[in-house]
Amino acid sequence: MAVAYKYKTRQARNLKHAKRLHKLGKVGWSFVRTVILAGLCFMILYPLIVKFTSSIMHVDDMFDSSVRFLPKNFTMEQYRIAWEWMNYPRTFLNSLGLTLTVSILQLASSTLVGYGFGRYNFRGKNLCFALVLLTLVVPPEMIMIPLFLNFRFFNLFGLIKEPGINLLGSYWPFILTSMTAMGLKNGLFIYIMTNFFKGMPDSLEEAAMIDGASSFRTFFQIMLPGAKPALTIVFLFSFVWQWNDLFYTNLFIRTGDGFLSLALQNFANYFVSNSPVSSNYPWQYTSLLNNAGMMLFMAPLLILFLIMQRHFVESIERTGLVG
Amino acid sequence: MKKFKLGLMEKRNLKGYLYISPFLIGFLCFFLIPIVQAVVFSFSELKIVPTGYTTTFVGLDNYHRILFVDPDFVPILTNTIINTIVDIPAILIFSFFIAVVLNQRFIGRSFVRMVFFMPVILSAGVVIKMEMNDIMNQAMVQEASFMMGGEYFLNLLLQLRLPAGFIQYIVAVVNRIPLVIEASAIPILIFLAGLQSVPTDLYEAADVEGITGWERFWMITFPLVSPMILVNAVYIIIDSFTSYRNEMVVFIADNAWSRGGYGVSVAMSMLYFLAIAVILGIIVGVFSKRVVYIK
Repeated sequence: MAVAYKYKTRQARNLKHAKRLHKLGKVGWSFVRTVILAGLCFMILYPLIVKFTSSIMHVDDMFDSSVRFLPKNFTMEQYRIAWEWMNYPRTFLNSLGLTLTVSILQLASSTLVGYGFGRYNFRGKNLCFALVLLTLVVPPEMIMIPLFLNFRFFNLFGLIKEPGINLLGSYWPFILTSMTAMGLKNGLFIYIMTNFFKGMPDSLEEAAMIDGASSFRTFFQIMLPGAKPALTIVFLFSFVWQWNDLFYTNLFIRTGDGFLSLALQNFANYFVSNSPVSSNYPWQYTSLLNNAGMMLFMAPLLILFLIMQRHFVESIERTGLVG
Repeated sequence: MKKFKLGLMEKRNLKGYLYISPFLIGFLCFFLIPIVQAVVFSFSELKIVPTGYTTTFVGLDNYHRILFVDPDFVPILTNTIINTIVDIPAILIFSFFIAVVLNQRFIGRSFVRMVFFMPVILSAGVVIKMEMNDIMNQAMVQEASFMMGGEYFLNLLLQLRLPAGFIQYIVAVVNRIPLVIEASAIPILIFLAGLQSVPTDLYEAADVEGITGWERFWMITFPLVSPMILVNAVYIIIDSFTSYRNEMVVFIADNAWSRGGYGVSVAMSMLYFLAIAVILGIIVGVFSKRVVYIK
């Protein structure tokens, strides 16, 4: 009897011990986790913070070792120069127009194609889908020059007589490629849409069919409203990547500074070779100007991201990125 | 009756071609034809004249020039490949770890998730190009990685009298930390999505059986998320091979517009693509046998 009692208390004590240890471990882990995440977040945000603070800094502050992040002499001079040099309002609107055009067309084409892949079983479907993945794997540098030449001397693949039309410098190369689901990272969007439509219940479509809805009506009235999360994510990604893109913009526009990314590129190149005379420290001043230019370039995306943040991050899990 | 229904379904399925027709047209016009042209160009000398362009067949000259005459191509290519191969495990492990952490519940989780996604927004082609040209900016990035204790760490390693090669490797990895974090943004999201798709009843059943946290991770979470490892490995390779941080990409573009000419540049991208294809093939081959699928 006594032994049994003793055993019981020891067991209870051990259990209590284990529980306390468990709790300690949990607290310890959450501490470690906080430290790690805070450090990594700081590392990610650090370049942005530096860019921002040094873009509003007077150049003298860069040599003042007591200035760490907060500028002592606040100035908007760099922003004024960058704003005027890049012709910001005009280039911003041009870029916005191009980006919206491309992302809406990409959204439309990849939704249609994704719907075809996700909801229909036709012959050769797997082969066609493999081709979609192939477009993702082949680096765009490989078809860069043929694309350039085809758009420089555009003859609709032999339908128009020589010498063909020069489409470079216009929106047309962007429109044509994104309309036919061949734009920037378009294969990924098709993949996302396909997986999403695959996951939609068959009964929805059957019900619509019994009610006598045509295939297109089912698509527009039943499937599209249900696909909002996937549509949002594709649109946002397409927008961000097109805005940030330099490859296709450089390839299809080539010269001029009509678009924000090209204007920023020219701006940076200009001040690397022509240091502004107004300053005693040309190199440092150039860096400050660059930072102001970059902030102006990134500002629209940052604002968009802050507004749509939840859609970017949270909805990916619901869009069937996971097959 | 049955036959009629089959016919109906077949008729319905024909509409699938209609839906995917934009892709088929695009694939033909802006992918297949350009690729065939690229293959032709890589074996010829290309000249642009006002009315179009002319090609003269030169055989393997372009390839010969790249591999045996050009002093830069081979080192840059091997460098790029080595960097990518070194980065893949780092990015995979890092993003998996972060995804597991971000999948737990804690205060400020959505903020942290947002921050980890930020590099996608911030890594614009122009911005990367400018940062690479801007000495001040490069110094800042270096500083950031050393601010994380890199300097102390280096001193520690030196005091431990470890072999120099090992220290060099560690320093190289530490210097690449910002790049690894930047490249992890999308892989983290993909892993998160994978983690959330693991059915909860498996965990419940395992808890009833009295599983420890360690076993829970290695026997349930890890195998079920393993398809995502393959997806991510492929994504990381493609992403790094087309990024503006990639020397090779810049080199090919340089060649096209100024240095060697179109033919040489196309031939370079051919070899480059072959290298990517081989690496992708090896990785897919190695991973796909070990990946667990449940349907």
